[in-house]
Amino acid sequence: MDHTASPAAPARPETAARPSRLTRLRDSDLAHSFRAHPSAMLAAAVLALVALSAVLAPLITPQNPYDLAALELWNSEIPPIWQAQGQWPYLLGTDTQGRDILSAILYGSRISLIIGFASVLLALSVGLSLGLVAGYLGGWVDNVIMRVGDVLLSMPFILIAILITAIATASLPAGLRDVLAAPILIFAIAVPSWVQYARTVRASAMVEAKKEYVQAARLIRVPAWRIMLHHILPNCLTPIMVAATLNFGLAILSEATLSFLGVGMPPDQPSLGTLIRIGNQYLFSGLWWIVVFPSVQLCLIVLSVNMIGDWLRDALNPKLR
Amino acid sequence: MQMRRILLASAAIAAFAGTAQAETVLKWGANRDIGSLDPYSYGDSFTINVLNHVYEGLVRYNRDLKIEPALATSWEILEDQITWRFTLREDVTFHNGNPFTAEDVVASLERVSHETSPLKGNLPAYVSAAVVDTHTVDVTLNGTYPLLLNDLTNIHIFDKEWMTEHDALLPTDIGAGTEGYATYNANGTGPFVVESRQPDAKTVFVVNPDWWDEAQHNLDRIELTPVTSAATRVAALLSGEINFTNDAPVQDLPRLAAAPDVQVLEGVDLRTVMIGFPFRETLSTGAPNPFSKREVREALYRAIDLDLIHQRVMRGKSRIAGATVAPEIPGYVEALDTVPGFDPDAARTALAEAGVPEGLEFEFNCLSDGLVNEEQVCQAIASMWSRIGLAPKLDVAPRAVQTPKRTGGTTDVYTLGWATLPMLDAYSPLLQIFHTKEGNSGVFNWGGWSFPELDALVQAAGSELDVEKRLSLETEALQIVKDQHIMIPLHQQPMAWAVTGEVAEMPLFPDNKPRLWFARVTPDA
Amino acid sequence: MIAFLIKRMANAAFVMLAVALLAFVIFRFFGDPVEMMVNEQATQADRAELRERLGLNDGFATQYARFVTNAVQGDFGISYRNQQDVMVLIKDRFPATFELVLVATVISLVVGIPLGVITAVHRRSRLAQALQLGSIVGVSLPSFVVGILLILGFSVSLGWLPAFGRGETVQIGWWSTGLLTPSGRAALVLPAVSLSTFQITLVMRLVRAEMLETLRSDYIKFARARGVPAARVQWRHALRNCLMPVITLTGMQIGNLIAFALVTETVFQWPGMGMLFIQAVTFVDIPVMAAYLLLVSLIFVVLNTVVDITYAWVDPRLRDDSARSGGAHG
Repeated sequence: MDHTASPAAPARPETAARPSRLTRLRDSDLAHSFRAHPSAMLAAAVLALVALSAVLAPLITPQNPYDLAALELWNSEIPPIWQAQGQWPYLLGTDTQGRDILSAILYGSRISLIIGFASVLLALSVGLSLGLVAGYLGGWVDNVIMRVGDVLLSMPFILIAILITAIATASLPAGLRDVLAAPILIFAIAVPSWVQYARTVRASAMVEAKKEYVQAARLIRVPAWRIMLHHILPNCLTPIMVAATLNFGLAILSEATLSFLGVGMPPDQPSLGTLIRIGNQYLFSGLWWIVVFPSVQLCLIVLSVNMIGDWLRDALNPKLR
Repeated sequence: MQMRRILLASAAIAAFAGTAQAETVLKWGANRDIGSLDPYSYGDSFTINVLNHVYEGLVRYNRDLKIEPALATSWEILEDQITWRFTLREDVTFHNGNPFTAEDVVASLERVSHETSPLKGNLPAYVSAAVVDTHTVDVTLNGTYPLLLNDLTNIHIFDKEWMTEHDALLPTDIGAGTEGYATYNANGTGPFVVESRQPDAKTVFVVNPDWWDEAQHNLDRIELTPVTSAATRVAALLSGEINFTNDAPVQDLPRLAAAPDVQVLEGVDLRTVMIGFPFRETLSTGAPNPFSKREVREALYRAIDLDLIHQRVMRGKSRIAGATVAPEIPGYVEALDTVPGFDPDAARTALAEAGVPEGLEFEFNCLSDGLVNEEQVCQAIASMWSRIGLAPKLDVAPRAVQTPKRTGGTTDVYTLGWATLPMLDAYSPLLQIFHTKEGNSGVFNWGGWSFPELDALVQAAGSELDVEKRLSLETEALQIVKDQHIMIPLHQQPMAWAVTGEVAEMPLFPDNKPRLWFARVTPDA
Repeated sequence: MIAFLIKRMANAAFVMLAVALLAFVIFRFFGDPVEMMVNEQATQADRAELRERLGLNDGFATQYARFVTNAVQGDFGISYRNQQDVMVLIKDRFPATFELVLVATVISLVVGIPLGVITAVHRRSRLAQALQLGSIVGVSLPSFVVGILLILGFSVSLGWLPAFGRGETVQIGWWSTGLLTPSGRAALVLPAVSLSTFQITLVMRLVRAEMLETLRSDYIKFARARGVPAARVQWRHALRNCLMPVITLTGMQIGNLIAFALVTETVFQWPGMGMLFIQAVTFVDIPVMAAYLLLVSLIFVVLNTVVDITYAWVDPRLRDDSARSGGAHG
């Protein structure tokens, strides 16, 4: 729902010392903690399975659900295979256009994962760079960046995303829109979420920038980007990592919500949300499989991501050990 | 505003106090809300249809959709052939008690044909109106015109005094940026009175005890609730939250019919669903436009498996159409109603012969809030066209988004449903769709075609007062439409209403308009 | 303090102006208002004339100034779709959304706080772990899926609760309430539950985290040592300490809930502001979209400013602007 389920813990500057060794240490710690949490392991396994099947979708699905010529209306509304009218190879049945539900789910998961991942990546890179620049340089640059952030945070996340997608969809020609549907969603979800990263990094950068070693490095003309990258960034990676994982789940949810509301992926390239929206129209027509299977898959993906994020937060938060 | 608030408050008190005796309430779950309480400010047939319960025209359609006297009792065409004299009904009063007179008719006709009125196109031949005496009106037209009465069925009559008092003599002008009084308030002569209105939530009508006509209905109240989601509408009907819907989703009809207390009323709508083509030089992609060639349009026609769409998407409820008007519409003849066989191979060959490149991309513009199962129909057709080597780009969006693209000619192939309302005559599509776009003609000619021979026939029909001759001219014009495949007719779409057991009578009309002054509800015991 | 106050208010005003600019730009250039307003039969001359009358030929700054001036006075013009005063439309819908959000908030507190305490106090118990897992499931379920499931279960299968609308409402002044009639209350149950699922888990997690912190603190240890019964320590002393953050969170989440209610309202056909907005998006009803965006942002900004100022009041250290955290999305 809200893209920031839990505020990230503030950066802990005192753990700055030696990034590389520390990372290694933490990794092994993490690995240990991971083995101790069966739920996290299960979640990771589910997610890996989903991701693998999504990547391999073109190889293992009986149909390319995005190829209009492959849809055969005669094969529409076939129930799942275990029901009386079920038919091979439509394991989970077909929708009203003759689209194989299993294929649609795998392709849809692929879209959901790509959009979730890409939007987090975009928000991360924008947020980290702007946050570093703002915190390190300060002054009017900082002011402009943070004021833009204020404005974005003063509008509810979902509202911004709806506006961006609705505007983009309405103003693009249909040919382009097919191609750009996913990039638009990635952008729409990333726009309101970079601020959180930027603020975290900025706070840490401001503290570091005042430290003597940074001042010294400046004096001997070490390039600014080097200072930022090597000294400031590693300090705030922990909270950023947790936030990014949790935001990944939220991004997937947001994509599904937008598509459900009809401003996301178009019906001829359905994502999980689009499938649920379409299926919702047939809630009482006995075609339950159109809405139930995509919903289950969506919940499964988000649940796994959140379980990993939750575990990660606890594992990285020394207070909770 | 004030008025509305008082209305709402009294309604609330009534609801709170509980009703003393059994009331007959029709709880109508529609798929959308009316746009306004002002029929002239919102050119939309559903709004006009609903407001017809409050406002009436000079003439109206009866149960058999034949025109009969309403606020006018008789009429004649004067010597000059262009002036129509109407004798008005006496002893009719508006809901506020004002008497109905010739002044009201003149003011209403002026209002609806005012230049800011979105409805002025519904009265195309009108020039002026004049009071002859308190109950006689002369209406002057721009020429001989056979279809004035058809047009007048949907021109609602307002009270001049009321409009003057509330500064509502002109239709609400969006450009002025202020709300019109008539948008929230209504004062007609019809069988029902508006009691309260909350946009998109509920509009309540109560019976008009002083209606001039003998009521055939027994309703005390009508509660119109918009329920846009089809599934929710079905749930509401099954649980008795509503007892009538004029849009039962086709896919849910078996489930509704099987429910013990629900009755489904089915029929075929007059609305013909068609596909239109661009006739411009280039497509939206900039590529040369092949659709202006007749053979290409025919090939696309032959690539569509009409029967499959009928069976699957429309669940056998539609009527496959060969003509661009439904059989009930004057001007239709059976000879028009043939379809070329489904033959994708021939279509592919024809495309190749016409020099259409393999994988030609074009936009296919459909509405998400338009026709019955339009999204699915469009997806199915797009899939059929991809199989003959084309690459349609499906563009599905709400009407408000699509209409500018369609009228502006920035899209390619599109869907259109045409029911010939309110005229109920083949002249309607011939003039508004198939005629060359000029002046008031061809306003829905979005593809930009021009067939002079057809235009001549349409113009001749438009001034022909002899019914037989007019209809044969119209038929001839429809034949050109068919031969040229200007638009591809797909089907007349199904219409399905559903009522619960409480509703004893609900006549279904082929124009898909509920006329609740014919409805009866069993009072609660 | 006064300097901080002024600074904070100025900041809020700046943010609102920027949102207004955004709203204006989007709504001025997103689609052509003239195309949306005229009907299909309008001629080119009609369009040009309307364009002139709407003032669309004026300069950008003039139009923006006019937009802001009107907006401040609550004048957003009339809706393209139903030709009613936009502010009246929103005002009519506001009570529906507000009651939904209010009830959802109450549910989230009533359910979330005890769950949070239980999971914190009995950290290692099976129940707490199950609840912890449940809370992850809670944040992972899309609210529209929850809504669909509730309708399927309680309306269609069981027939207990209505699937759409507000039921019977009572008018008190300009406020319409569904809380005073049985059908109104029944209609509120499913949407409020569906809207509160996420909020419950949020409250529960916050209470848990705060409780864990507090239970470790010296004064609780001291109370324990003094022999105060454990339940009393946990539910009275410790919980009281957690309430301030919970109240803050709840206050700030109201803005989010109002915005997120649009999904719930769509699923349950709840006649609130959110549904108005979604319909406005569908119909490209630009004045309504503009007004909704500004109104929700205003609620957001006001809540944040109030929270910030209150905190600064309580804790002077926070008056340094740089320490301010990202309130709105907490």
